[in-house]
Amino acid sequence: MRNRPSHGNVSPLTVALRLAFAVAVGAAPAAALAKRVKLGVVTFLSGAAAGPFGVPAKNGAEIVIDALNAGTLPAPYKTKGLGGEQVELTFVDEAGGTTKQVNEYRNLVQRENADVVIGYISSGDCLAVAPLAEELKKLTVLFDCGTPRIFEDASYKYLFRTGPTATMDNVAAAFYVTQMKPNIKKFSGINQNYAWGQDSWNDFEAAMKALKPGIEVGTSQMPKLLAGQYGAEVSALLTSGAEVVHSSFWGGDTEALILQGAPRGLFTKTTVVLTAGEPTIVRLGTQVPEGTVIGARGPFDMFAPDIELNRWFRKAYEDKFKMAPSYPAYKMAQAILGVKAAYDKAQAANAGKAPSQEQVVAAFENLSFEGPGGRVEMSLGKGHQAVQGTAFGITKNVGGKVTMTNVKTYPASKVNPPDGVKSEDWIKAGFKAGK
Amino acid sequence: MTDLVSVLVDGIIYSSYLFIISVGLTLIYGVMKILNMAHGSLYALGAYVTATFVGFWFGHNLNPYVSFLLLPLAAVVVGLVAGPLIERGLLRFMYGKDEIVLVLVTYAILLILEDVIKLAWGVESYSAYQPYGLLGNFEVAGLPYTVYDALLVVVAIGVGVALTWVLTRTRQGKLLLAVIHDREVSAAMGINVQRVYTVTFTVGTMLAALGGALIAPKVSVVPAMGVDVIVLAFAVVVIGGLGSLPGAALGSVIVGLVRSTAVHHMPEVELFSIYFVMALVLIFRPKGLFSAAEARKI
Repeated sequence: MRNRPSHGNVSPLTVALRLAFAVAVGAAPAAALAKRVKLGVVTFLSGAAAGPFGVPAKNGAEIVIDALNAGTLPAPYKTKGLGGEQVELTFVDEAGGTTKQVNEYRNLVQRENADVVIGYISSGDCLAVAPLAEELKKLTVLFDCGTPRIFEDASYKYLFRTGPTATMDNVAAAFYVTQMKPNIKKFSGINQNYAWGQDSWNDFEAAMKALKPGIEVGTSQMPKLLAGQYGAEVSALLTSGAEVVHSSFWGGDTEALILQGAPRGLFTKTTVVLTAGEPTIVRLGTQVPEGTVIGARGPFDMFAPDIELNRWFRKAYEDKFKMAPSYPAYKMAQAILGVKAAYDKAQAANAGKAPSQEQVVAAFENLSFEGPGGRVEMSLGKGHQAVQGTAFGITKNVGGKVTMTNVKTYPASKVNPPDGVKSEDWIKAGFKAGK
Repeated sequence: MTDLVSVLVDGIIYSSYLFIISVGLTLIYGVMKILNMAHGSLYALGAYVTATFVGFWFGHNLNPYVSFLLLPLAAVVVGLVAGPLIERGLLRFMYGKDEIVLVLVTYAILLILEDVIKLAWGVESYSAYQPYGLLGNFEVAGLPYTVYDALLVVVAIGVGVALTWVLTRTRQGKLLLAVIHDREVSAAMGINVQRVYTVTFTVGTMLAALGGALIAPKVSVVPAMGVDVIVLAFAVVVIGGLGSLPGAALGSVIVGLVRSTAVHHMPEVELFSIYFVMALVLIFRPKGLFSAAEARKI
């Protein structure tokens, strides 16, 4: 692991110079662009989620939009812009809570006149913004948040989500560990004490019990978000007698769990499953213990298929940012390409003329499009919620780099409920129509 | 038996963390009557400077064991730079104002420092993990613990003993106690109160930064890492009594043991347990366990 994961070690001089430069120059004003389609992108630009999620997503948006405007995207997205018009990007910081995000969304739509809004990493923000998108009748694409409740509890016309739900992550994780350890008797969990962590644990626990009736739960630890200190939790997990420890931790919490758990043997005495662990590999490298089960919330990064779109995206990202794209970058790229595919389809149906929002929305429903992670089917939530296959693997350090072994892929139909069935009911019913 | 031992050991390690992060807060309040909301940002600043120092050290393949000295060094650097800068540059203009105004001023400093950190280090995470595993492990009742965590306990005890000694056995400490007791009379007796304030705030800043420096090897150093710390430290000093050093120690031990028990036996109430204890203490001792009796001033 490097002390500065993305750019090597940072010297005290660098820090001083950067600070001095920032003070002297201030923020450079964004260049005004006279373009037609205004795309508002909402992602964490500050706070704890910025480093692992928000900034990679922003980087991914810049890569794709630059190529889209230049007409240099690979097939099938070779035409310039959206509906033949250039795209103007506006970034909004997702930090600050749901009340702020509701106001920011109104600002984007009503003051900035955004034509399309893509965003939201936090499930809480997604749930808050969803009804507003409908009220303001604005095409809005959720790119990362995981809660399945968005389209399971309501229907929307203007709202879409191009990333799969968290149910897929946890069901696939349960399939993976029960295949890996067919005689497993006990498992434990450590998840953050808010909607994401609780939903993830509930899905994993239910899936494990559906797959292995009679299996026991050792302990379910629910420390608060960004707790940072996990000494007692590691002890509780070690004494729980579990063979597998499930965690949907993300960002600094994952890194702290690894830094504190690995020296104490948590990762050697149990098999730890990190359902959202892929960005941690990008950041910690070989500091992630060997034998950890890792998910990428879809077929992204090391699990992405060897297709032209993935090769292009990866190279463009690495060339510009000198690091590999993690799954938030992939999911942002996927969302923008979903919008592009919907625009192209609507434009084709509109005799080549720029389509209206209503035409784009109609084209988006039940759309099947190509992303850097492979094919995406908008097949749940009455054609508004994407499904994809996913994959899990085990870390192995080879030549100073983390590689994945025992990679198993799961088709979308195996790890997602059928349309109209709630995830919770589907899991408890033993994945009927899923297996 | 194993369970009881692990609850105790985990509780003591967590208590030492709590004491280290709260002692600076209670010292500044005790002397200056300022509830320093910027404490969390100073803690974060200590962690970031440590990550930079440790990154530089290991990036140049220098003696790894010497890296332990970088942690207190980072705390001293942050304390000597940020402490006098904040106290002389801003707080001294606010003395005499209502305590709530000072809370708002230090909250503003917290927000400014959060942005300063982002300007200097960006939003990427940093780590200074190397010292954490350097000294290996030891076992208690079959459970492995790192020697570094044991060192945290030693440092916490050392800080507590050193501060108590300075306050009760040295001339400077006695002058400081006089200022705590009555600022105006102390000034009338010829004590340089301004200097006492500057030194106290600098030491408090150093202690906040020391907390961040010692924790940096265990965690990912990320933006906003100091925000939660202020809440936790506040709970500890409120339980013990604002401004009381033994109170901070006892508050840390109580919270540490209660939390550890909750994690091991009722993890679903872990977060609630800390604030439940705080509420319980405040019901019976509204000014904390170690609050001193106050003489009414006419």
